[in-house]
Amino acid sequence: MRRLWRSSPLPWGGLLLVLALLFATAPAHAISDPSEALPNPAQESRAVAIGKQLRCLVCQNESIEDSGADLARDLRKIVRQRVAAGDSDQQVIDWLVARYGNFVRLNPPLEWGTVLLWGSPLLALLVGGGIAWAARPRRPAPPAPLSAAEQTRLKSLLDT
Amino acid sequence: MNRRVLLLAPFGVAIAAGAGFLAMLHRAEQGKFDPRGVPSMLIGKRVPAFNLPGDPGFADTDLTGRPILVNFFASWCVPCVEEAAILMGLKQGGIPVYGIAYKDKAPATAAFLAKHGNPFARLARDEDGRVAIDWGVTGVPETYLIDKDGIARARWVGALTLDTVTAEVQPMLRKYA
Repeated sequence: MRRLWRSSPLPWGGLLLVLALLFATAPAHAISDPSEALPNPAQESRAVAIGKQLRCLVCQNESIEDSGADLARDLRKIVRQRVAAGDSDQQVIDWLVARYGNFVRLNPPLEWGTVLLWGSPLLALLVGGGIAWAARPRRPAPPAPLSAAEQTRLKSLLDT
Repeated sequence: MNRRVLLLAPFGVAIAAGAGFLAMLHRAEQGKFDPRGVPSMLIGKRVPAFNLPGDPGFADTDLTGRPILVNFFASWCVPCVEEAAILMGLKQGGIPVYGIAYKDKAPATAAFLAKHGNPFARLARDEDGRVAIDWGVTGVPETYLIDKDGIARARWVGALTLDTVTAEVQPMLRKYA
């Protein structure tokens, strides 16, 4: 293993550089159109925070804040209109859930349909723990003391 | 728990997962399961209030009295071309189809209908797409069945096909006739 590291074409400096670059990438905001933003920075950051929790219905694995889809842009606009109109974060999210269901939330609530989703970490822990417990190294139980007959037999064996 | 059970457990889990995926694939093939499908919130509910201009345009209050199909489409939508023939067939079968042109300019819509046929008893324009969002539309084409009381009963995402029409649309129309 040591050998492999030494002969690797990537010296430590290079590795550090790669790591640095990996973490140096700024969070990607596909949307950088300043005309979309609300003039009030506090409201805008609230709108961004709300939009980050909402799924783009077209690309599905992106939030509406990150998506370039037309529908996502329309939804961003609606989020901003409602924030500017004084809706609470929950009211804005509820407005969208009423139209697109909980599917639109990237952070789905705990309900019957999502029990398995939310329960899976606990389930994995239980299963893993169970396997670890069942496979734990066990010291064999000490053998029962010899009976009188065995004692005498042992003695005779040792004596011969 | 003995060693053999522990050794076989991962295979058991893999077999169960495989069976699950097979069932998903099978249902997807039959069109009963779409992993990207967005469930419609409108089913069983009254159509949200709207009043759209068009030719002659219509409002939610016009969607009563008999079952009506409402089709969201656009001239820029490729599957809508394919669907146009199916919708023409429904029109010839005497089924009222109302069209809502989604994010489309009136001349472009008119040119599209002139080229591919106009199956719509009424045509409305949703230029900014706000009414579509109220309906929970995620793209075009999408077709809704509105019953005689103005309640949405079914939704089809994507272009209607002959198979969908015979297997789903016609039975639903009969059910809510």
